[in-house]
Amino acid sequence: MLADQPRAPAHAETMGHPFAPIPYTVRSVVLETPDTTTLVVEPHGDQRIPSSRPGQFVMLYAFGVGEVPIGVAGGNAEGQLIHTVRSAGKVTQALTHLTPGDTVGIRGPYGHGWPVANARGGDVVVVAGGLGMPPLREVVYELFRHRDSFGRVEIVYGARTPKDLVYYNEIQSWRRRDDVRLQVTVDAAGREWYGDVGVVTTRIPDCRFDPPKTTAFVCGPEIMMKLTAQALVERGVKPESTWISMERNMKCAIGLCGHCQFGPSFVCRDGPVFCYRDLAPLLAVREV
Amino acid sequence: MGEVRVGGQYVLDRARFPEFLSALSACGYDVVGPTVRDSAIVYDRIEKLDDLPVGWTDRQDGGKYRLERRSDEALFGYNVGPFSWKRFLFPPRERLWTAEKVEGSFVVRPEPTGGPRLAFLGVRACELAALDMTDKVFQGGPVADPGYRARRARILKVAVQCGQAGGTCFCVSMGTGPGVRSGADLVLTEILSPGPHRFLLEVGTPLGAEVVARLAPPLSSAAKDEEGLARGIVERTAGSMGRRMDTGGIRDLLRTNLEHPRWEIVAARCLSCTNCTMVCPTCFCSSQEEVPSLDAQAVERWRRWDSCYNLAFTELHGTSVRKSGLSRYRQWMTHKLGTWHDQFGTSGCVGCGRCITWCPVGIDLTEEVAAIRASPGTITTKGGSR
Repeated sequence: MLADQPRAPAHAETMGHPFAPIPYTVRSVVLETPDTTTLVVEPHGDQRIPSSRPGQFVMLYAFGVGEVPIGVAGGNAEGQLIHTVRSAGKVTQALTHLTPGDTVGIRGPYGHGWPVANARGGDVVVVAGGLGMPPLREVVYELFRHRDSFGRVEIVYGARTPKDLVYYNEIQSWRRRDDVRLQVTVDAAGREWYGDVGVVTTRIPDCRFDPPKTTAFVCGPEIMMKLTAQALVERGVKPESTWISMERNMKCAIGLCGHCQFGPSFVCRDGPVFCYRDLAPLLAVREV
Repeated sequence: MGEVRVGGQYVLDRARFPEFLSALSACGYDVVGPTVRDSAIVYDRIEKLDDLPVGWTDRQDGGKYRLERRSDEALFGYNVGPFSWKRFLFPPRERLWTAEKVEGSFVVRPEPTGGPRLAFLGVRACELAALDMTDKVFQGGPVADPGYRARRARILKVAVQCGQAGGTCFCVSMGTGPGVRSGADLVLTEILSPGPHRFLLEVGTPLGAEVVARLAPPLSSAAKDEEGLARGIVERTAGSMGRRMDTGGIRDLLRTNLEHPRWEIVAARCLSCTNCTMVCPTCFCSSQEEVPSLDAQAVERWRRWDSCYNLAFTELHGTSVRKSGLSRYRQWMTHKLGTWHDQFGTSGCVGCGRCITWCPVGIDLTEEVAAIRASPGTITTKGGSR
């Protein structure tokens, strides 16, 4: 989307047909919430997709059912990939019902990810709402890996209820670090919940960062991202240092099918991560 | 023979037009061109002269298309119909790949690309511009569409200068016509009078020259007055456009008027029927469908035309981003005339008028642009953009 944002490599011609998925085998399955599943997959044969950067996505394919765009939540040098999927339609329903040994198809990675390197030297605030956490998971680990390159790191994670929190145990391990500040909040909870209650924007005033030198990475439902970005900007974070990840219907993921258009942008090709400064005027208009 | 040169201008007598069709075939092309079907002029296979709409014309206006007899035997005496050439490069339905289950995994076989070499006969100036636009969409970005690119590489374009403007034409406003400037292998201008019924035939490329060189005896070179006659025909057409649109600053005009009250007025008429997107020569939206075999061991992946007017087009988590008809009409028009510039560096509209003619309620985008231009930035409603 922007000149200072790292550009994804052009999807190489050597990848073969741009719409042909590559078979991957499901290695393990974690039930995150009643409707959300994390899949760890690995290449079935010699073919694998190129490595991805935090914030990019793939098209995940269920044989005989169809394809959906899903963010990459993690990966390793062996070509394993982590995807967290919520059952919302027939394709995601099929994907959330897979078991180890099953096959999925993957093509990608696509789009522009989070410009984590741009945040070096300043403070970082990561704000995730619900299933906005998976596309930010690798950002968190990138920050951990290069922890000395960044100032203060604030993580705010909100979900509707305690049982909607994903990566629960993993996130508890983040809490044990003394170089990261973590706030977890839920919109509504019963008596079993000892943490904060309230939407994520209510936690922004408590974040500790130096606003003009802070980079924000925000992912979640569109309304949550819009209100969070507004709250951050109100605290003095620059709109050009605030990044959000847009979600739209996608069929092709390479800018040919037209579905994901948001104003002048193809979310698949120009995003999904955008600079808030560029999107703010369009986010103010309904049904763009 | 052998002296046909690029840039050369020749005279083709109407009586020898069948020979011209044969020359196209002899060069290895299947000819597709205009023909009458279901009371409209559509594009399909042309095997003989009589397949063309000889002596027919069309009358077009908002929501209106009628064929009428002409008083002469003109071969190209009409304007564009509901079909556009995009259907031969980007078919309405196309299989992308097949796959079958093999030992706990699956194997994907991409659909072979290629197919016959096609000669597009009767491409209008606005349609040449449309082909440039779909070229940018399908093969101008980081990833080219394999099917489009393969088919596109096998096309010969035989353009025809428009001898008249249709009731919904506004190519002059969009800077795409009516005169063919470049991009054609051959350009025909139909001259009905004075003198015998004939064509001025201009050679644009070596591929075009190859076709003309097949004609024996060779065509005679055009005299100066034939060229003048042809120029006059195009000028007359340019002066009789049925519609016009002021395109000055249109990208910013639309970008800053996303909440103009005019959208509600047009949305009250729009049926979201998708006709305008189906007939548009540049609309490129598509969907993909999975078609499994009954035993679920094999699948076919199909692509089909889709439209931003469909509710499911923007479906996300079981709801749609653009629920209202207003938002869907606004998306179509602001994309076509505005954000297309951001994406591809040109307008997405060529001024062919098909969307006006084939709209069942006669919505006219030239009228909608004029209405917004007449009172820009008058309001902000909910949300308040500007």
